[in-house]
Amino acid sequence: MQRDVSDLQSSEASEISAGMPFIPFASAPAGGASETEAVELSINGENYRLTLDPRTSLLDAIRDHAGLTGTKKGCDHGQCGACTVHVAGQRVLSCMTLAVMAQGEAVTTIEGLASPEGKLHPVQQAFIDNDGLQCGYCTPGQIMSAVACINEGHANDDDEIREFMSGNLCRCAAYPNIVAAVRQAKAEMERA
Amino acid sequence: MNRFGYYKARDTGDAVAAAAAHAARAQFIAGGTNVVDYMKLDVLQPDRLVDINVLAKDVHGRIDVTSEGLHLGALVRMAEAQDHPDIKRDYPVIAESLMLAASQQIRNMASLGGNILQKTRCQYFRETSWPCNKRQPGSGCSALEGINREHAVLGTSPACIATYHGDFAQALIALDAIVSTAGPNGNRQIPFGQLHRLPGDTPEVETVLEPGELITSIDVPAGPHTRRSHYLKIRDRQSYQFAVASVAVALDLDGDRVRDVRLALGGVATVPWRSGEAEAVIRGNILDERLAAKAAEAAFAGAEPRQYNKFKVPAGKAAIVRALLEAKAMRI
Repeated sequence: MQRDVSDLQSSEASEISAGMPFIPFASAPAGGASETEAVELSINGENYRLTLDPRTSLLDAIRDHAGLTGTKKGCDHGQCGACTVHVAGQRVLSCMTLAVMAQGEAVTTIEGLASPEGKLHPVQQAFIDNDGLQCGYCTPGQIMSAVACINEGHANDDDEIREFMSGNLCRCAAYPNIVAAVRQAKAEMERA
Repeated sequence: MNRFGYYKARDTGDAVAAAAAHAARAQFIAGGTNVVDYMKLDVLQPDRLVDINVLAKDVHGRIDVTSEGLHLGALVRMAEAQDHPDIKRDYPVIAESLMLAASQQIRNMASLGGNILQKTRCQYFRETSWPCNKRQPGSGCSALEGINREHAVLGTSPACIATYHGDFAQALIALDAIVSTAGPNGNRQIPFGQLHRLPGDTPEVETVLEPGELITSIDVPAGPHTRRSHYLKIRDRQSYQFAVASVAVALDLDGDRVRDVRLALGGVATVPWRSGEAEAVIRGNILDERLAAKAAEAAFAGAEPRQYNKFKVPAGKAAIVRALLEAKAMRI
């Protein structure tokens, strides 16, 4: 994307008018930025050596650079939860995480939930059993959030499930079935 | 998003030095839930990002509850503090203010220090095509005559009516918390009530922190009022939403009589808002619904609502009454 000088804040514009040739996003800024950095990510137990612009979100690194497209981009501003993944066992928003900051931590995405033999995780199976989706776009985020919700001990009744799943929006409004799926999966995970 | 240099700090001193070297164009980043959002919107355009997450591994990632009070490292995540059994028992207003904010994903990421310094959600601040004195000093305030339903009615100025949306800060200002910082000029402690600045005619200056100054911890003094403390949040949907109006309250009761009271308001003011006016009405008196209503009147006596946020005055008053009566009814 190219920007006009008129879009810039005044301080930045004055630096430019002071004689620097302006090539959008190509010249190194004062903070010592390089255009790309070597970034090593551990995703679903595999190491990925990537060359990334430091602005790359963990979400874009997972989808566009590691090629794991199960994780979805919804709002890209931390409001919808579609991009939820686990970092160091905690559910987080990959759109609000810079990929460089996830180095050294274990990242788990929806592709990492099923067993190597392909047996679905109890939460995945529960979403199928309970029709916990319609269009399915929010579902990977819902499932990653639900796994963590159960592991955290925050799925003890329907009210608590609704409260602790509120960061995952579903515009098809499959909410009653999502709650039912989390309830079923919790019971199965406790038995296992 | 503008280009920036990313620097992973090794420790507190290193973080402060790295930020100080770039003065006003450096930005600390911990959880990133606020900073990355505003960088994507081009509202924040730092030259250098200083990643301070390493501090979570030392003393600044710790929670300590002693007879003196509650010590919270600035790199503690919201979710850690919200679930801490001692905080839930001895400082419920803090646990509740955290629990009722954002979503669990965001609470897993967001640090307590960053939470305190979160930027307003004013839509004219977020959208760079609008004039905004906070984002671009001197350009004007689009909210004054704009869609100002979400905006503040207390602490406003002709230059800015943007709401401070945080919840945790209301609990901290109510409980007289102290913020510890490290900066280029050394360490210091700041009473929470002096951390944020009213917008006045410089709404772009939000706190008394110097460039390169970093919040390292928060201390909440113990007292007979902390156990009977409560956070009530009124909002447009029941979860994952900013406050229309909220109340942090702490009571020290002798039967029905109030020995001491702390009361702060969220969602209605430009900064974390302690209501000394409401406290003065309540302190020393028998707390009932009539007294609570009188306190609510006092809290909003100076309110300056605009076209679309008039409802915040009655909503805020009702929230004060309910919060006080709920705190009184708590079994501790």
